[in-house]
Amino acid sequence: MIDKTVASMDAALAGIHDGATIMIGGFGTAGQPTELIDALIAQGARDLTIVNNNAGNGEHGLAALLQARRVRKIICSFPRQADSQVFDALYRAGEIELELVPQGNLAARIEAAGAGLGAIFTPTGYGTLLAEGKETREINGRHYVLEYPIAADFALIKAQRGDRWGNLVYRKAARNFGPIMAMAARCTIAQVADIVPLGQLDPEVIITPGIFVQRVIALTSAVPQSEAA
Amino acid sequence: MSEHATVSAPICAYTRLTREQMAARVARDIPEGAYVNLGIGLPTRVANYLPADREIFLHSENGLLGMGPAPAPGSEDPELINAGKEPVTLLAGGSFFHHGDSFAMMRGGHLDICVLGAFQVSSGGDLANWHTGAPGAIPAVGGAMDLALGAKQVFVMMELLTKTGESKLVEQCSYPLTGIGCVDRVYSDLAVFDITPQAVVVREAVAGLSLDELRRLTGLPLQAGA
Repeated sequence: MIDKTVASMDAALAGIHDGATIMIGGFGTAGQPTELIDALIAQGARDLTIVNNNAGNGEHGLAALLQARRVRKIICSFPRQADSQVFDALYRAGEIELELVPQGNLAARIEAAGAGLGAIFTPTGYGTLLAEGKETREINGRHYVLEYPIAADFALIKAQRGDRWGNLVYRKAARNFGPIMAMAARCTIAQVADIVPLGQLDPEVIITPGIFVQRVIALTSAVPQSEAA
Repeated sequence: MSEHATVSAPICAYTRLTREQMAARVARDIPEGAYVNLGIGLPTRVANYLPADREIFLHSENGLLGMGPAPAPGSEDPELINAGKEPVTLLAGGSFFHHGDSFAMMRGGHLDICVLGAFQVSSGGDLANWHTGAPGAIPAVGGAMDLALGAKQVFVMMELLTKTGESKLVEQCSYPLTGIGCVDRVYSDLAVFDITPQAVVVREAVAGLSLDELRRLTGLPLQAGA
């Protein structure tokens, strides 16, 4: 029997090594897998490269991981926010590397990794500072920039509900980067509010098929109901 | 300077539009059935002036189509937010989707209109709205570059002059660019401009503001609209 559910945060994060590249879902705090991030801080891996839309809000979640000095580099689109004081201080002190990527290119590069593409030509950023030094091409009269995929060793994402095969559904705008990050990481770890028996997720509405998910951890009802029920 | 400042010049007197009036003005030009993205900041206010009898689809980059107004106090959902990370609602018929699909809507030319704020717009339609380039400024781009080039029509909404009186409609942007030749129309507090391949055309101006005075304020060879 295949069971991707894990019972503890230790098991969920097993194998995350120093120097790993980790995608973390979320747009601001919506969809941010805060409990997995807290467990990652406790787990202790350092020298990490983090891929996220932002660079932490307030003092919790991703901001706390940064504050713990575990992150060497962040790849994101929108680090500067009203409550990004942790990142701002590290950046100004030269203690964190930033790769700034337009948000659509961030998504497309993640998707490219998940889809096995070697690179993409994107119109976004052409002629701007963020495309400086990059290869360009004119295709059918339009200008494009060559951008390479972003893959990861691990993805930490938040979904609403999952099953033991790793199928996931999400909640509202917390979906954001979850589905595409799940595709782009070698090992995707999903925290969910509930694990349901196999077959209870409507196959027509499963957003992330289980092939993209390696581990599922439930935050509330950790004991799944009987699948026979 | 107050939003209601009356400016006196030797040959004319005119009143600038307030930010609310600017938002109402932009809203008038958004037709029924349009798929629209309103950028963070000033453009967000346009939503307050879309008439209730017109069905318009608001897109938010973080994965919403059919975005509705702010929820009643106490009904906020931290997982139902807009691009500015403020709580919103979803209209009946609205949908959620992931970031890949959301930016395909933008980059792929599926949105009819986006409305963006700007530091500067050039007479050739270049847009600068993401970075001042100032030393020590932490750059953040978000979805600005995707929006600037993806929508069928790109509207900019900005005050025409800086606080020190310099025109933000310029011959060449001095701030780092967001996109090249991407702006179609500028809605400002003094006039509405069309950026055309031939010239910047004044579609309309506030009462009492002459074409010559607008040329003087912007330093640009503006053309009169039809």
